[in-house]
Amino acid sequence: MVTDRERIAQAWVQVRSINDPELPYLTVEEMGMVRGVRVDGGQLVVTITPTYSGCPATDVIAEDITTALQALEADARVEVVLSPAWTTDWLLPSAHEKMKANGIAPPQGKSADRAFLTGQGKVVHCPSCKSDQTTMVSAFGSTACKAHFKCNACLEPFEHFKCI
Amino acid sequence: MTDAQHFAAVLRLGDDALVLGQRLSAWCGHGPILEEDIALSNIALDLIGQARNLFTLASKLENQGRDEDALAYFRSDLEFQNHLLVEQPNGHFGDTVVRQMFFSAFALDRYTFLARQTANADVAGIAAKAVKELHYHWEHAAQWVIRLGDGTPESHQKVQDSVDHLWAYTGELFMPDDVDTACAEAGLMPDLHELQGTWRDKVVACLERATLRVPEEGWSHRGGKQGVHSEHLSYMLAEMQVLPRTYPDATW
Repeated sequence: MVTDRERIAQAWVQVRSINDPELPYLTVEEMGMVRGVRVDGGQLVVTITPTYSGCPATDVIAEDITTALQALEADARVEVVLSPAWTTDWLLPSAHEKMKANGIAPPQGKSADRAFLTGQGKVVHCPSCKSDQTTMVSAFGSTACKAHFKCNACLEPFEHFKCI
Repeated sequence: MTDAQHFAAVLRLGDDALVLGQRLSAWCGHGPILEEDIALSNIALDLIGQARNLFTLASKLENQGRDEDALAYFRSDLEFQNHLLVEQPNGHFGDTVVRQMFFSAFALDRYTFLARQTANADVAGIAAKAVKELHYHWEHAAQWVIRLGDGTPESHQKVQDSVDHLWAYTGELFMPDDVDTACAEAGLMPDLHELQGTWRDKVVACLERATLRVPEEGWSHRGGKQGVHSEHLSYMLAEMQVLPRTYPDATW
């Protein structure tokens, strides 16, 4: 007899294997999107919180997790919860390190700080040369979660994961 | 606040987001510069995402089996309850950023209230996310208005014309009807008269920085919340709804 505790532990192993399709070097757990795994009325349920309201990756992630879970149990499901809203404060420290290693400047500060929220008065370091001489080209980048920057020292364009 | 009013309040939030999101998405591939193309598409995506969440919630409140797609694609213009401002055509880039600035200033304050109210926790969750997104939308639109207003004589004149034209659609944002009043009394929605003061302060400060003239208060278009729309909405909906209406069983 498999206990609920064991089922949940196995589900976590599956969930941890799922990567974010937009940031494939990060797992959804590192993104802070997985709120929990539980057994509800005998059914395995994973709850996730989307990053941005319109992030198209959320649907893909929900599908990927569902597929992975259903390899364990056919009736397992994913539940999307919107409250409390996801924030970059929930990114695991390893996510920051992996972003830097992949040329993306991670979010800085806490999302409750309005100055960080809109990018005013903060210094974003170039992920290539570490220079603090950088300029925001646009607050909107290749995905909803990233802003477009350039480095004035090494002249490399780069992306900054916005603090929200 | 009746159940029908509760539903209408959430539906209206969704309608504003969907209609403006659909409008902005028409800029995809037509932005004046690449960065702006990406920015407008990103803002459209945020708004459509908000609309989806709000419609899903509205669907739950209504409990009639109309899901988010049914609410978006199978209602006529008379059933949409968005403000007239958001359905106004994109026009030129100046028209688009002025419309965005006017709306974002309003929506940011409205969502700030909604994120803090305790009458509906689901609305609060959606709003908490939307507040952060709207911060970016407001900043972006305001910066463009300032840049165009304080730019060349041509850009100044064009964006002044946009302000003068769209100003008459802003009064409606602050005209409460029965739904607004009942929901404000129940603590779900903000008092629109209070929002008007902070909206005006923010918008006037932006226009002044942009060296633009603030239009005089006057007559204002109204009717969107009651389903009485400008002609523009029907054309937009026709384009937006044609596929699901032609193939009602089509799925992604």
